[in-house]
Amino acid sequence: MKVKVLSRNPDDYIRETKKDIQRVPRNYDPSLHPFEVPREYSRALNAVKLERVFAKPFLASLDGHRDGVNCMAKHPQSLSSLLSGACDGEVKIWNLTKRECVRTLQAHEGFVRGMCVRFCGTSFFTTGDDKTIKQWDMNGPGYGEEEEPLNTILGKSVYTGIDHHWKEGTFATCGQQVDIWDEQRTSPIRSFSWGVDSIISVRFNPVEPELLASCVSNRSIVLYDMRQATPLKKVIMKMRSNALCWNPMEAFMFTCANEDYNLYTFDMRRLDSPVMVHMDHVSAVLDLDYSPTGKEFVSASFDKSIRIFPADSGHSREVYHTKRMQHVICVKWSSDSKYILSGSDEMNIRLWKANASEKLGVLAPREKAALNYNQKLKEKFQHHPKIQRIARHRHLPKTIFSQIKELRIMRNAQRRKLMNVRKHSKSGSVPVMTERKKHMVAVVE
Amino acid sequence: MSEQLKKSEYDTCATRGSVRQTVNMAKKRKVASGETASKTSKKKASQRDAAPGVVEEEFLPTEHADSASEDEGRSDDERKHQKLLEAIGSLDGTKRKKLAERSEASAQVSEFAVSAEGGGEKIDLSDLLGTMQQARPSISRTRKQLRNLQNCKATLDLPLSQQETQKIQRVVAYKKSREDVSRWKNVVIQNRKAEQLVFPLNQEPSGPRPVEQVVAGWKARTPLEQEIFSLLHKNLQPITSPVLTPHEQASLKAMSLEEAKMHRAELQKARALQSYYEAKTKREKKIKSKTYHKVLKKSKRKDVLKEFEELRKTDPAAALEELKKMELTRMKERMSLKHQNSGKWAKSRAIMAKYDEEARKAMQQQLEMNKQLTQKLAVPSDSEEEEGAGEAEAVPDFVNDAQPAADPSNPWLMGKLRAEPAAEEGAEEGAEEGAEERAEEKPEAEQQQQQEEEEEEEGEEDALLREFEERRQLREAESPDQLLPPEKGEKSEEADMEEEEVSEFNSLFQRLVGGRREPPGKRVTPKPRREDSAPPADEGAEREQRPLLDEGLMRVQTLEDLDLLSQGVTGESDGPAPECKAPGPSSEGEGRNEGGQEVKKKKKKVISLSQVLTKEAKVIQVPVAPTAIEEEEGEEVQKMIIKEAFAADDVISDFLKDKRRQAEESRPKVVDLTLPGWGEWGGVGLKPSKRKSRRFRIKAAPPPPRQDRNLPDVIISEKRDASIAAHQVAQLPFPFENPTQFERSVRMPVGQTWNTQRSVQKITAPRVVTQLGAIIEPMAKEDFLQGKSAQAAGKLPDIALTSSGGDPKKRAKGFRKKGAPRHREHQKDQQPSEETEA
Repeated sequence: MKVKVLSRNPDDYIRETKKDIQRVPRNYDPSLHPFEVPREYSRALNAVKLERVFAKPFLASLDGHRDGVNCMAKHPQSLSSLLSGACDGEVKIWNLTKRECVRTLQAHEGFVRGMCVRFCGTSFFTTGDDKTIKQWDMNGPGYGEEEEPLNTILGKSVYTGIDHHWKEGTFATCGQQVDIWDEQRTSPIRSFSWGVDSIISVRFNPVEPELLASCVSNRSIVLYDMRQATPLKKVIMKMRSNALCWNPMEAFMFTCANEDYNLYTFDMRRLDSPVMVHMDHVSAVLDLDYSPTGKEFVSASFDKSIRIFPADSGHSREVYHTKRMQHVICVKWSSDSKYILSGSDEMNIRLWKANASEKLGVLAPREKAALNYNQKLKEKFQHHPKIQRIARHRHLPKTIFSQIKELRIMRNAQRRKLMNVRKHSKSGSVPVMTERKKHMVAVVE
Repeated sequence: MSEQLKKSEYDTCATRGSVRQTVNMAKKRKVASGETASKTSKKKASQRDAAPGVVEEEFLPTEHADSASEDEGRSDDERKHQKLLEAIGSLDGTKRKKLAERSEASAQVSEFAVSAEGGGEKIDLSDLLGTMQQARPSISRTRKQLRNLQNCKATLDLPLSQQETQKIQRVVAYKKSREDVSRWKNVVIQNRKAEQLVFPLNQEPSGPRPVEQVVAGWKARTPLEQEIFSLLHKNLQPITSPVLTPHEQASLKAMSLEEAKMHRAELQKARALQSYYEAKTKREKKIKSKTYHKVLKKSKRKDVLKEFEELRKTDPAAALEELKKMELTRMKERMSLKHQNSGKWAKSRAIMAKYDEEARKAMQQQLEMNKQLTQKLAVPSDSEEEEGAGEAEAVPDFVNDAQPAADPSNPWLMGKLRAEPAAEEGAEEGAEEGAEERAEEKPEAEQQQQQEEEEEEEGEEDALLREFEERRQLREAESPDQLLPPEKGEKSEEADMEEEEVSEFNSLFQRLVGGRREPPGKRVTPKPRREDSAPPADEGAEREQRPLLDEGLMRVQTLEDLDLLSQGVTGESDGPAPECKAPGPSSEGEGRNEGGQEVKKKKKKVISLSQVLTKEAKVIQVPVAPTAIEEEEGEEVQKMIIKEAFAADDVISDFLKDKRRQAEESRPKVVDLTLPGWGEWGGVGLKPSKRKSRRFRIKAAPPPPRQDRNLPDVIISEKRDASIAAHQVAQLPFPFENPTQFERSVRMPVGQTWNTQRSVQKITAPRVVTQLGAIIEPMAKEDFLQGKSAQAAGKLPDIALTSSGGDPKKRAKGFRKKGAPRHREHQKDQQPSEETEA
């Protein structure tokens, strides 16, 4: 006869060393663990509350400029350095880990309009109101030497923006026209103009590095190809775009920050209407920068706040503001996608976390697993009203809060009026306009 | 020489370079006079663009002495030489035109670097044609055409305006760059859909690199290395992991996991079967009944004989072997005294034989056994004699004839029981015989009978065996004291006791046999048919009985059965089973009738089931039928019918009642909290006082007015609980298409409590993973555009090592697909193609 005896293998329950985790045998029988949905729901509720509790995005303020910060540039090789140019022509180089200014130089007389770092990070270019383009060495001058630019190009008009090619020694400036420069020459190798309007900003496409896009003060956005003799296409919108940024992971997508409080994401291949309208700001959007992952972007606005938008969503997921922060003029997303830098009118540069509640530093594996689980729970129950309410709750300055309300009322009134007009006019004479089409004027070939 | 110089100078064109060229040449002539003219001219052609300094250096070997001073005085020399040339030119006397000399880069100079010589003169078409005056007629034709053209007055179109040309240029340019950009479409879509993206995108995987990469571009240089590689090559040693030679792979392949599993399952099954068999044999061995064993042995022997017979037919050689074996046993038997009634047991039996019939019989049997074993075996050649001697036992023919042994349920074969007491046996035999005769009724009954007798005998053992089996079952079923007697009866030695027991046993046995013997009556008729000797006279009777009696061999052919086939297959198939179980009536007629009834009952049941169904259908059809007939009268009738049908239902009042009931239910109830006997007397027949009940009755606040109070024909359910609703999703969220989909997404738990660790890891993996402190570069062209990197993949190491491991291209590709997209290594190979594109 066969006798069955209970037997246990000590390997299953004895630790090999003291430092091992105690092995806990688990029975996954669902009948032993009832109420899975309510339990997970309450866990999700806790997770979302904790997220709000730990949401402290503000890390540091870098002060030292003596005028509003007008432009910033990331270092392509080093995460810890940042360059900023102020309205008094001063350029500062910052060490972010130490949160201090490393170097200060008086680059221009008047505004520093634009700056960019060479792709290798050895030097950087600035343009200013004094109609010059200057190239500077990234390393400061030796002891006793004077601070002098490597090269200076004297132009005939003011250059309002500059951007460097991502792979080659060429850069582009904008002003009265878009000029493409070779670093070795003092005259542009190519210049594009379409009409006679000043161009506000120009950006190279990081993926297809020969493509450029620029915002023009006549409310249009113009695309260029460095290899071609003419511009490619022009989109005219209802209001002016202030800045523009290409998606670093999607070659044909770019987003522009508009005066009409919105941001518009375009697909370069279909310019007749934007792919997405991002609305949440309550004043003109002045600058934006994509996260290096291409999934999100940050925008700086005249309404004294920064907002983070998912690239495929119409509304922001986060808004950052402080009491002392004035109109935010420039914003950058750090190249490891963890931090955001904003330069504002009141002479300060602020360092923020990209995820407000993220714990910085190295995480233990179990901690990481718990965070992932919480994230998943939040995602799973995101549509449940209680959780949604907590997750979406943000404290806003009174001005922004009231302006949002006001804007909502205005929009409703406009919509109602339009509906009434449509109701009382011949059918088809007042066509229904989608939000995307509403802000477009024309596409010019 | 000066003449020559002049000529050459006038021939060459006016650009600065060429002038300098001539100067150089002149200088060269002056210095290196040994050189031939042809060589210098060649040099001139090759050094058209070279700077003068370079020329100088090239000719250094020829001018040994004054090389140092040459450099200093060069420009001076040049100038002098120029002057000289001019002087020579003016010597000629004729006035030469000053050729335009290009001294500065500017757009004004014509691109052919030739100044228009006959500046102001107008060239006529006829001037050009004049040179071809005396040419072929084809030229005259073209001349005519040209003249026509000249006469033609139509003007060409104006060139497009600048705006328009620019527009066209822009359109073309945009189209091109759009195409460029759309190459990214697939990559972008893929990244958008990806479950998880790990940034930076093209990381080198940590850990050791695969051998394949290390080996790539490595050469065997020293003879030792070459020798090693040749050895490896011989062994077909692969370089990729898993590092297995083809032989090893083949051996691994030989038994895959599934095969191993199957093999194991087979082994398990075999083991199980073996254990069953062992258990069975053990059980059988334990049976103490001697009769059982006797019968078993006999049947075994029969089986052996049968097998032998078959063997003789199919494989004579093997049969001969068998025969030899039998011979051997015979010899042994003859030598031994085993069955000679000389053993201990036999002697004791002999003492008993006087009184005990059993003992006598046993002794007899032993002797018989001896006789059998010592008998000479039947040799195939003289089989007729053997047959004539009636040696049915040795080689029974009938075994091969028909089925009987194969048909265990054949009741015909369960006739006699030899072990029974003689009296019983006789009676039984008589009855049996009678039954047979009645059933058969044939003229040539004798032969048949003989055969059947044989069959009987053969069947006897089977029956007996089955008997024992059944008895065993019965024993299990009945209480132990009831089943003891038969065994005791066999063993006990007191006669009276024995008689009692035997009678009891017999009665029991008879009951069993009765059950058994009832079927033989039925089986009687089919028998002749099987042997193809049934007389036609019986056919009628047979046909009558067929549906009742036949087991299912020929049934399908009859008409009735065809009719019944559809319904009664199942009923008939389990027909015989109840027959066996049913307690057997003594007379066969009754049995037949009863059996028939039973079968019919069965069939009826089956049919009735289906009939019920058809009846139901008919019930529905009844009201429809008249309307179909009276269709002309139309809907009124229909309405009437519906009205009649629902005459009893008052829908409206029902609805009102329902509404009232729901309103009643939703009204909050009065809660009575009075406790009888609390503070006063309690008991049977005593009620709590009114004051108290009034005090402890709690009335709920009146509910808000019902939403449907003013809507007479609507019921709005107010069961929705506001406190729960606050936690529920009110609207279907965007990506979901229906509520079930959404609910499913919520229902599935993701935590560790419900899932294994690995699945939790998989489920909760974040969409985007970034590394702390790693710079994420924008997507690079060479990393992701597939078509270009294809050629770069085919990088081969020089050594023949790779050829052993299969196609290196394929392997390289496969590897890349597995890991993160890594194209960095091929960047170098990429660049040329990109440059050409740019």
